[in-house]
Amino acid sequence: MIKTIRPKLELLSRRFIEKIIDEAYEILDKQGIFVENKEALKLFIQAGMKVDKKTHRVHLKRRLIEKCLATAPAVIKLYDRTGEREYVVGGDEVHFDPGSAAVTILDHKTGEERKPVTKDLVDYCRLTECLDNIHFQSTGLISSDVPHPIADIYRLYAGLVFSRKPVVTGTFRVESFRPMKDLLAAVRGGDKELAAKPLAIFDACPSPPLKWSNLTTQSLIDSARAGIPSELISMGMTGATSLVTISGTLVQHVAENLCGVAIVQLAKKGAPVIFGGSPSSFDMRRGTTPMGAIETMMIDAGYTQIGKYLNLPTHAYMGLSDAKTNDAQAGLETGLGAVLGALAGVNVISGPGMLDFESCQSLEKLVIDDEICGMAYRLISGIAQREDPIATDKFEGFSPETQFLSMPHTKKWYRTEHSYPLIADRDTYDAWVALGRKPIAERASEQVEKILKSNPPAFIEEDVRTELTRILTAYAKANGIVSLPELA
Amino acid sequence: MKKEELFARIEKAIIEGLKSEAVDLAREAVRAKLDLTEVIEKGYVPGIQKVGDLWEKGDYFLPELITSAECMKAAMAVFQPELDKANIKTKTKGKVVIGTVEGDIHDIGKNLVASMLSANGFDVVDLGADVKLDKFIEKAEESEADFICLSALLTTTMVGQRTLIERLKQKNLGGKFKVLVGGAPANQKWADEIGADGYAENAMLAVKAAKRLMGA
Repeated sequence: MIKTIRPKLELLSRRFIEKIIDEAYEILDKQGIFVENKEALKLFIQAGMKVDKKTHRVHLKRRLIEKCLATAPAVIKLYDRTGEREYVVGGDEVHFDPGSAAVTILDHKTGEERKPVTKDLVDYCRLTECLDNIHFQSTGLISSDVPHPIADIYRLYAGLVFSRKPVVTGTFRVESFRPMKDLLAAVRGGDKELAAKPLAIFDACPSPPLKWSNLTTQSLIDSARAGIPSELISMGMTGATSLVTISGTLVQHVAENLCGVAIVQLAKKGAPVIFGGSPSSFDMRRGTTPMGAIETMMIDAGYTQIGKYLNLPTHAYMGLSDAKTNDAQAGLETGLGAVLGALAGVNVISGPGMLDFESCQSLEKLVIDDEICGMAYRLISGIAQREDPIATDKFEGFSPETQFLSMPHTKKWYRTEHSYPLIADRDTYDAWVALGRKPIAERASEQVEKILKSNPPAFIEEDVRTELTRILTAYAKANGIVSLPELA
Repeated sequence: MKKEELFARIEKAIIEGLKSEAVDLAREAVRAKLDLTEVIEKGYVPGIQKVGDLWEKGDYFLPELITSAECMKAAMAVFQPELDKANIKTKTKGKVVIGTVEGDIHDIGKNLVASMLSANGFDVVDLGADVKLDKFIEKAEESEADFICLSALLTTTMVGQRTLIERLKQKNLGGKFKVLVGGAPANQKWADEIGADGYAENAMLAVKAAKRLMGA
């Protein structure tokens, strides 16, 4: 059987990749990078790096970073809530998760963006759990009825209660790490068990250009020590917070991420870290950061290729749109991003469900995007030979009466070779009219209702839930918060 | 050089964003002992106004806008010591205290607004990014500001805009300073909800909003 080719997108030559990395090293050494975290500065001093304690500027030597790269794992394994299902993050594996930390939700009934409440968060978690092509969940909505100091913890709590999937999340405040880690450890039955079978990825963003803030640096250090994978989210905006050229933005991206890798490895040798990002082409007219721009996706594919060259797992924000509603633009940008991301072999792709520059989640879009992700998966599984011979034996005794539909070969392969969407319209014109000329968002909304009605919540075991609630309420109380919205 | 020719060259330098030219022409005006307020009013101001027009027409994008604003700033820096020496007060459109609220280190949007306000004749005190809320109030009182402009990029820090307005009220300073809010997560609805006096989506609209609030 001839081996199936895994189709791949590569935008950079090897020589180009090496030049970008060389320049990143040179900048880290000569110009340095700002790290506003005392513990990290101490780690750098211990490693023999030149540190200006006053300005927080660190000059990083190539040999140190190369040493850190050598100890960073090329492949990370995540496990779902049950600890049974394993997800490989590395190689050319692709896992989609909904774009995270949306501040609004697109209300299907009114067609307007509004602030999400806990009921939306619950629906969102339950829906994510049911979508097959969305492998991970993300703490995707910030409930407005939850007091800010515990907003980041609360959304993780809800995710763990309602879904088995591994979680992509992050801290809003330094103090939040501990209770969030405690929630995860409670699911696993201990800190050691959590480190052995990671359940969540913590995002940490440097502040472009060339700076790691106290909050995100602390998240890197704390996560490394707890065995929680960190996702480095550099986010240069071309011409605004990074150079305007795509290659120039890549140099800065690599420099910031390499510093992140060094922090993680110095905090704990061998700790898992993902080479990710959320850069964007900056719109020079509107001052916005379009995630659906083709140039944004080119930057993503570019640094992903570099991450692979460095032998690290990768991540990107793709498969999302800047449209404000589920229109043609939403589908176009999401489809492009999901397909290009999958072709580029990005291991973790965050984006589905997102509209309006990474700020608005739509349950209807999430369902549509699940289908788009399914198409992307189908594409990268490639064209397989399937049988040997491919066709000649099937044509034995060929006549004009030969029936393909009733051929055993057809029944055997049609579901593997082809996919049958639920949302995309494949009806004839007359059938489409007869069904009420429904636009895609309408069909998606019906699907959302159907999924939520027919799938009972995937509740976590009662005793674990009690423990999670205890951790949450204790932390809320310590922050002077007495009442929290009930989870339905 | 005739005055008219000088004004035309200044205007062109601002429109085209030629910094060294804009500064050289300012120095020349000082050397020639011209009426500096006239030079500003007839050379520099028409220049930046044309830049605004070009922006509105869609010909100019942010890089042109910001470059011209920086040319204005550099030229004004040449005039300021001379004006101070002669004790001439330039007409200010209003005093603004601006910054990105605490917890937020994003300041591109804020910088754009500060530059455009300053280029358009406002007196701008830029407190930078990650500014403690009380510092806004302190500086506004100290400089007798007309406005406080608050920026936030993160939804998590945006709430600081509300807190500041509440604190102003607590200190019986509500109404003393007009509060303008902006930043990616903010919108008019948010501004109304927290009782801000204005909201602007971009730097040019911020200038318009500020002018409107000053009754200009």
